[in-house]
Amino acid sequence: MGRYFAIRIGRAALTIVLVVTFAFVVLRLSGDPALMILGPEAPPEVIAAFRKAWGLDDPIWFQYLDYFSAIAQGELGRSMRDGRPAIQLVLERIPATLALTLPAFFFKVALGVPAGIYAALHRGSSIDRAVMMTAVAGFTVPSFVLALILVLVFAVQLGWLPSGGQDSWRHAILPIATLSLGGAAVLARFTRSAMLEVLGQPYIRTASAKGVPWRKVVTSHALPNAAIPTVTILGFMVGTLIAGAVVVESVFAWPGVGRLLVVAVANRDLAVVQCILLLVAMTMVTSNLIVDFLYGFLDPRLRAKGAHA
Amino acid sequence: MSPLVSIAGLHVAFNGVPVLRGVDLALGKGEAVGLVGESGSGKSVTWLAALGLLPRHAKVSGSVRLDGRELLGAPAAELDLVRGGRVAMIFQDPASALNPVLTIRKQLCEALALHRDLQGEAVKAEAKRLLDLVGIPDAARRLSAYPHEFSGGQVQRIMIAMALAGNPDLLIADEPTTALDATIQAQILELLSAIRREMSMAMVLISHDLGVVAENCDRVAVMYAGRIVEQAPSNQLFADPVHPYAQGLIGALPPLDGPRRRLTAIPGTVPDPAHMPGGCAFAPRCAFAAEPCGLAAPRLAPIANDRTVACIRAEASRRALLGMAAE
Repeated sequence: MGRYFAIRIGRAALTIVLVVTFAFVVLRLSGDPALMILGPEAPPEVIAAFRKAWGLDDPIWFQYLDYFSAIAQGELGRSMRDGRPAIQLVLERIPATLALTLPAFFFKVALGVPAGIYAALHRGSSIDRAVMMTAVAGFTVPSFVLALILVLVFAVQLGWLPSGGQDSWRHAILPIATLSLGGAAVLARFTRSAMLEVLGQPYIRTASAKGVPWRKVVTSHALPNAAIPTVTILGFMVGTLIAGAVVVESVFAWPGVGRLLVVAVANRDLAVVQCILLLVAMTMVTSNLIVDFLYGFLDPRLRAKGAHA
Repeated sequence: MSPLVSIAGLHVAFNGVPVLRGVDLALGKGEAVGLVGESGSGKSVTWLAALGLLPRHAKVSGSVRLDGRELLGAPAAELDLVRGGRVAMIFQDPASALNPVLTIRKQLCEALALHRDLQGEAVKAEAKRLLDLVGIPDAARRLSAYPHEFSGGQVQRIMIAMALAGNPDLLIADEPTTALDATIQAQILELLSAIRREMSMAMVLISHDLGVVAENCDRVAVMYAGRIVEQAPSNQLFADPVHPYAQGLIGALPPLDGPRRRLTAIPGTVPDPAHMPGGCAFAPRCAFAAEPCGLAAPRLAPIANDRTVACIRAEASRRALLGMAAE
């Protein structure tokens, strides 16, 4: 068991290093932060001074080593725009993002999982078809389109809710709805197919054949098995709590991590972008680790493999 | 004596395609009946339909009576008491027949709690007794293991223990040894007959292995394309099969003694259930088929004490067989 997790943690660390490296290289190859921040009209000596101040003159491998040695000391760099520590800028935005993504996560699960289970249990019924059609629509429509439709209906036409900003809880309703609907659709589809897969297994027939009432067959035989694949997708959703709302925050002018990322990328504010990506990679990897751990808890077959590995 | 189970005119169709086309079968208390036939002939479907275990889109009609009580269309609560309580069933692939995420104790005790008036420690003690009975060593400790920690043969033993939990009057064993090694097969069959004798329980042994059925059953019913075409006491069926299909099945078995002979194969293939020939379903493959065979499906009719056959050319085929034996 210990080794099973040691391997996984090692892999997780490697993933983070790769993500950060990739971001580092791509950001430095895709435009000059000095020009972006100071503007093309800035005098050449100002630009040169800026480059020197931020170490942009050094060879890229030197900058890279420098960056990693700074990270190792807990130093994530400063914003090139206002000189504040990048981590501080990012941490300030996290509560706003979580104010959208946490309720959205709750609604995704509360809507998607029961809808998927219900559809699977009533396969082929009109409710199943309705759930599936909604789900397909929910996950093929891009979130910015859904966001705009919601704005058009509830903000423009009906005038019930504000179309953007962060002044009151009412401002959060449309962004949360946008995030929830798409996620619930994915989860409903996934839960339904996991459930159908399990309901077709011989052990379900065995349970019925020994006289277990259908309701109990579903709750104590089917659900624990269907939970195993569903946990994967839930883990993925937990991983997107920090930066899963980039598009939605942009559409609704919500000052969260996602919008900070968009602005920072546009400005080539390297330290901020790298800091966000590091954080995203870490949440993703952590939630994957939690999923791996939950697998071991939910599936005794994996537990055994872990013990022998 | 009134039969324990009597099935009459049982029809099953999946999406409009008939799979069972009028099955009639009766079973006495404590009797062991073999059900043979090739894959798709409807052996398993007959019993899944009888116990209401088919998926909802299956259309079932006819009559299945247990001690005179109609099971088809019975309320779910009543069926739940019958399933596992009066009629238990074990399946072909034991490895996937037990729930992989629940311990053996949980699965055994579930059956005990449903059908036996036992509480607390008594349930656990009985679960252990059942595992001992089916020959799982170190039963007390093994109760907390999961299905994947047992071998295929052991899992089938656990399935049998679970089936016995409700003290059933009838055990349906659906190809119980097909997925197992030959040596394990013999052990499981031995266990089944021993338990049957001890508990004076009736058994239906579904198999495509004629040898298995011959050794373990009092009576055999041969199924073909969704119907029973012949039934007879085991020894009589093997010595003197009447239906041309039954003859074909037995002719395809190598004899253990006597001179070596060429095994005969039944020509052609099983008809597609969606395009059944009119009349006798076996006629297109039958050496004795005559014109009337294509007109109407023959009904099971008695030809001797305790023997029935569904073939209008029974006499001709029987004469041919006797003639061959005389040569």
